[in-house]
Amino acid sequence: MTTYGRGLRGLALATVATITAALALVFFYAPLDADQGFIQKIFYIHVPLAIVSLCGFVLGALLAIGHLRTGDRRWDMRSYVAIHMALIFSIGGLITGSIWAKASWGHWWVWNEPTLVSYLIVVLMFATYQPLRFSIEDPERQARYASVFAIVAGAFVPLNFIAVRLAQGFVHPRVLTLAGGHLPGSMRVTFLVSLAGVALLFATLWKYEMTAKNARMQTRALRRMLLGEDAVRPIGRSAAPL
Amino acid sequence: MTLILAAAPALPLHAAGKYVAGAYIVFVAIILVYVAIMATRLARNERDIAELMRDLKARDQAGAGSAATREREPVG
Repeated sequence: MTTYGRGLRGLALATVATITAALALVFFYAPLDADQGFIQKIFYIHVPLAIVSLCGFVLGALLAIGHLRTGDRRWDMRSYVAIHMALIFSIGGLITGSIWAKASWGHWWVWNEPTLVSYLIVVLMFATYQPLRFSIEDPERQARYASVFAIVAGAFVPLNFIAVRLAQGFVHPRVLTLAGGHLPGSMRVTFLVSLAGVALLFATLWKYEMTAKNARMQTRALRRMLLGEDAVRPIGRSAAPL
Repeated sequence: MTLILAAAPALPLHAAGKYVAGAYIVFVAIILVYVAIMATRLARNERDIAELMRDLKARDQAGAGSAATREREPVG
């Protein structure tokens, strides 16, 4: 029996501490940006959300490989929750990015900016993951097809990232590069703490949802064992792994 | 790029503040909505466990009742 709740409290406390430290650094330590001024503070939440969501999609793909290799449905559940969390984080990244764009460029969205559009394509692609699952009734087949989809879509994420980096950007700032980026030391520390905070938040919520789903499955299994198959209410068609 | 940034100078603090506040409020709101949804699921699971406990107690009482009836019945 897997217990996902182990270490959840420590992880949650570490997340709260890191995010609190990140907010303190953002508003009391990091200097105002010379070009953008106060509006640049959005960067410390928008970029970590976008990076962590993309990593979450790739994590979902790696966990899906675990499912196809072993046939163990727990890997499918882990992959499902990772993609679910990454979608939530990506919505946060899109909204905070739009708010920054409105303040900085005067537009909520710019269609000729490759970074924005490619990110939206990735998000929309993964947004079809749940409808795909829901459309397949047989749980075994649903898990298998969903894993294949997660792997193919997950492989698209780094390819997409490289393609965008190779393309000439229009107005989207490039603050992180392989050469070290353009961030001064204090801003870099603040950014890294923010990134760690959002990554820890992802890990905590992933673990939280896995714990909740596991508890629900164990309750159903207990009811089946104690009262028989008839005592368990049928779940019906569901996008979530059973 | 430099020309674009020069043409769009930094917003003053009173104008930029609402956008920064908006972005961070969105972040907090998303987490709160997620936690609220998870809390309702947790409450549902708690209800299921309570129902399971009730069903088990009822089954045990019914089992004890029938055993007592069997004991009272004359043998042979």
